[in-house]
Amino acid sequence: MSISEAQKYITDQGSVGIVETQYYTFAEAPHELILECGKSLGSVTLAYETYGALNAERSNAILVVHALSGDAHAAGVHRGEDNPGWWDDMIGPGKAFDTDRYFVICSNVIGGCKGSTGPSSINPKTGKPYALDFPMITVADMVNAQRHLIDHLGIGKLLSVAGGSMGGMQVLQWVASYPERVRSAIPIATALKHSPQQIAFNEVVRQSIMADPDWRQGNYYEYGQPAKGLAVARMIGHITFMSDQSMEEKFSRRLKNGDYSFKFGADFEVEGYLRYRGDSFVRRFDANSYLYITKAVDYFDLSNGKLVSREKPIDTRFLAISFKSDWLYPSVQSQEIVRALQAGLADVTYCEISSTYGHDAFLVEVKEQTELIRHFLEKTYYGYDVLTSHDA
Amino acid sequence: MTHNHRLDHDIVFGLIEPGSRVLDLGCGDGALLFRLAREKSALVRGIECDEQAVQTCVRKGLSVLHGNIEGGLDEYPDCSFDYVIMNQTMQEVRKVDCVIQQARRIGRKVVVGFPNFAHFKSRLIMFFKGKAPVTDSLPYLWYDTPNVRFLSVEDFREFCLGKGIPVLEAHYLGQAGEIRRLPNLRALNAVFVLAGNAGAPDRMEDDEKNLS
Repeated sequence: MSISEAQKYITDQGSVGIVETQYYTFAEAPHELILECGKSLGSVTLAYETYGALNAERSNAILVVHALSGDAHAAGVHRGEDNPGWWDDMIGPGKAFDTDRYFVICSNVIGGCKGSTGPSSINPKTGKPYALDFPMITVADMVNAQRHLIDHLGIGKLLSVAGGSMGGMQVLQWVASYPERVRSAIPIATALKHSPQQIAFNEVVRQSIMADPDWRQGNYYEYGQPAKGLAVARMIGHITFMSDQSMEEKFSRRLKNGDYSFKFGADFEVEGYLRYRGDSFVRRFDANSYLYITKAVDYFDLSNGKLVSREKPIDTRFLAISFKSDWLYPSVQSQEIVRALQAGLADVTYCEISSTYGHDAFLVEVKEQTELIRHFLEKTYYGYDVLTSHDA
Repeated sequence: MTHNHRLDHDIVFGLIEPGSRVLDLGCGDGALLFRLAREKSALVRGIECDEQAVQTCVRKGLSVLHGNIEGGLDEYPDCSFDYVIMNQTMQEVRKVDCVIQQARRIGRKVVVGFPNFAHFKSRLIMFFKGKAPVTDSLPYLWYDTPNVRFLSVEDFREFCLGKGIPVLEAHYLGQAGEIRRLPNLRALNAVFVLAGNAGAPDRMEDDEKNLS
């Protein structure tokens, strides 16, 4: 879209407007980042975006963390492009994460392929993409890297860390790793640890990539992506993001061309949708990144008192949100987070939102989430005093 | 609920020491918790099963868990709260026994408010009309009541006696205010204060630290 169109969009939607991705590079040799696996990584670049303004006390910063295939572009639009950020409905003036009040930061995780250092980045030792020489990263490593960025931005304590799915894991990891630096945490549609079912889905995802001969043991960068395997991997993902009901509503058994072809083409709309999603994913996401990041979330485990315990009390406030129809990260897993927090006597609010959108709900159920998040952040930021007007 | 409800709140509100840690089981829209937080500087928490009510609580800045009371208290450490409130909730709970046991484990005192099924109006309706009673404190018709337990003041006294639960205080509410005489006949609602399990006092300090 043109700049004038973009500006119209801004006024219409309460958008943060035109934004630009920034880059922060650190951990240059010999001060490399030591990873949980014992290996080191350096230098490390993080792609990030910020929205709103940091106040003088530096007390209004919120870190928004993305899901598996997300990126630093959470809100607004890039100049000359027309796709708003992945959580644009939630971040902006007057929105859940109100950029008139708060300074919102979003960075791409390490291991990713959207500007932060990952397996498709150039290995300084070889001058070629890392591929499988990239060390195995964990959610704790992602968060450690983000912590460097937050240090760099001069922020001592974050007002909040918020995110859904794998973003929710990073939220929990922030509290586990740096409780004194997080005033509040908003884990959405997430888990303390992956269940065998979730690991199983991720393993099928990885196997479908690795079974594609074009994957070439990860060394495909000169030849192009293992497109078939990666597309199938993403198709599996999309099935798990939707609910039975949302698929029924979206596709039912509707046919693309009115009749059965009696061939193996995409007869059903749902087939066409999955193929489209798979193909477009190949154009935007690195296959090796998908392998690394799915492994990182499988390794994630903050159960058994690792999040918070009576020996390790915290004053971080929590707002946990889950969605009734989400079967990928079912409510029972959010309730497990709540139980861990109850045991540690942490300040926690939990709401299971009635939604039929499945796991996708955290991206589309804007109204309910906005209600909860807005007021939760207000209370965290201003305390009870601000809420006098609501006393009714 | 009914216009009697505020009266319940006033009684319960009056029972809570300033600065206490309070857990309200079935906190509804959080009206009582909000008052306790603002006017008594209480550190308040709630559990509520209705999504809309939870949203209302969050709007008020309250920390509330969306879920059921039954099975929802197991993780709290002993003596986590000074008061556990169950106001107009107990009659909607199936495993009353377990919930009260848990409440007494995690609270130093348990405040239980419930409608009295043996109010004379109920008795009259039963006796003369031969119908399930509908009164100010039991406003529901038989087919849409959320209540699954129907008890009288006397029933609850007997329950506490039988279980060896010390009753510290009992308040009885009529139409317009507290009443003292013949509560089982005249009270629409009752508010009992039960002693907790007298959890180990040395653990209290830790709790305070955790919640501060």
